[in-house]
Amino acid sequence: MNSRKVKEFVGFAILRLATFLILSALFIILYFIIIRGIKVINWQFLTHKPCEGMTSGGIFPAILGTFYLTLCAICFALPLGVAAAIYLVEYARQGRLVRIVRIGINNLAGVPSIVFGLFGLAVFVKYFGFGVSILSGGLTLGILILPVIIRASEEAILAVPNSLREASLALGATKWQTIYRIVLPNAIPGILTGSILGIGRAAGETAPILFTAVTFYSAKLPTSIFSEVQALPYHIYALMTEGTHPETQIPIAYGTALVLLFLVLGIDLLAIVIRRRARRRKW
Amino acid sequence: MVDIVTSHHSPVTSKKEVKISIRNLNIWYQDMQVIKNVNLDVEKNKVTAIIGPSGCGKSTLIKSINRMLDMIPEAEVGGTILLDGQNIYDMDETFLRKRIGMVFQMPNPFPKSIFENIAYGLKIHKMFKSKQDLYFKVEKALKQAALWDEVKDKLDKFALDLSGGQQQRLCIARCIALEPEVVLFDEPCSALDPVATVKIEELIEDLKKNYTIVIVTHNMQQAARISDYTAFLYLGNLVEFGPTQKIFTTPQNKMTEHYLTGKFG
Ligand SMILES: Nc1ncnc2c1ncn2[C@@H]1O[C@H](COP(=O)(O)OP(=O)(O)OP(=O)(O)O)[C@@H](O)[C@H]1O
Ligand SMILES: [Mg+2]
Repeated sequence: MNSRKVKEFVGFAILRLATFLILSALFIILYFIIIRGIKVINWQFLTHKPCEGMTSGGIFPAILGTFYLTLCAICFALPLGVAAAIYLVEYARQGRLVRIVRIGINNLAGVPSIVFGLFGLAVFVKYFGFGVSILSGGLTLGILILPVIIRASEEAILAVPNSLREASLALGATKWQTIYRIVLPNAIPGILTGSILGIGRAAGETAPILFTAVTFYSAKLPTSIFSEVQALPYHIYALMTEGTHPETQIPIAYGTALVLLFLVLGIDLLAIVIRRRARRRKW
Repeated sequence: MVDIVTSHHSPVTSKKEVKISIRNLNIWYQDMQVIKNVNLDVEKNKVTAIIGPSGCGKSTLIKSINRMLDMIPEAEVGGTILLDGQNIYDMDETFLRKRIGMVFQMPNPFPKSIFENIAYGLKIHKMFKSKQDLYFKVEKALKQAALWDEVKDKLDKFALDLSGGQQQRLCIARCIALEPEVVLFDEPCSALDPVATVKIEELIEDLKKNYTIVIVTHNMQQAARISDYTAFLYLGNLVEFGPTQKIFTTPQNKMTEHYLTGKFG
């Protein structure tokens, strides 16, 4: 073998090893969580409240709480994010201002999530007086995932070929008609994919809801958007840090982690399915 | 470089009816001038071809007629364009584009059904009274575009599954469904095979009865076959304009002759 071939061989070997390491990391995580969590999982665990001072019972309130929080987040972030993306791509003059806005959005994505939590506490909980509630937590999560949604929507809108916009405009459609009837319908799969990834992100976050929405234990299920809730990630955190009976609570924490993990992986899988569906229909 | 003789356009006598009148048209992209003082009269119910080498400004010129240049922020237009004597910049651009339809180089049907492609413009302009009326107008447009027989059994099928030539005829049908007065074609056959090209040419021949047509083409034989008037554009100047027969047999300008005989371009 000459030296170029050797280099190629070594190069590929390193790349293959890197890929393998990443994959094995994923499987090791899955393996440990499954092994430790599967024991406590049963129908009871998924549908009942915790009882006996969180040492037995289920995690239903936390599942429900996470569902409400992400629902609230997406209801807030999706319309706002899509509207912002439409404005940035279709309407705004591509000058300095838009560049600054884009940099701002990118930086928003880089802000540590605990900072969002503090922001939510100051603004939603205190200033707007929403209290520690689904609403405060949902809005905070919404802001957290806004950059993901804006960027995904921008990409989806940009991916709609310009020739379709031209065709519509040349038929005498207004710009808004063109966006509403041609651009958006074709961008929706991409927007959905991005949004679903955002949901996955929101479902798994702890820090933003720490001061804004969650409680370790609540006797009753939430009754309105102003109720405080339990949530899956915080449930794990609370069990591991504030638990008084680790021998019974740690397995529950792993069970909760397993549920959360499958929830998030399931959501991502949904995004992949939608994207593949959309890809089949190409212009 | 050869000298360029400016705008040697043939005088339009009074008995001919002018549909579009272009006067002192200048167009810039930022500081680059791509259309230089063009004067051109497009006669009603005739086919006017615009020929010239790549990059000479043919697309820019044709896009100025239905104000598609408005979409390009860096494009700046000076001069006047009159449609039936009225300045196009005094009209609402959506209404202007309903009156002046356009067919593009690459077939660009919407990713919708065949029916919805045609219905789109009719819906935008609320041009139908009932469902039947809409269906009737879609059928009429497809018949005029010589596509009806091929698609009548699959109107709900995805438009992008049609062949390239069928897609282009669909785009023509979509355009004429709005009953425009003028149809602009920007190299409508350059993405098509010879058989599909012949079909489009026959169609244009046929449309001439009802519409005023302006067609940009790279293909000089095509211009000779289907047009009544030919304009030769070179580096943004209208070098020569007149009846196609005359341009092709006895060009007045050396540049035109060189171009037609394939010495450049
Ligand atoms: N959006 C734009 N911004 C800047 N310059 C442009 C733009 N569009 C076209 N041009 C330039 O203007 C000149 C004329 O372009 P145009 O598309 O009108 O030429 P054309 O005659 O249609 O060429 P072709 O036969 O290749 O289609 C070219 O030099 C082109 O590079
Ligand atoms: Mg062109």
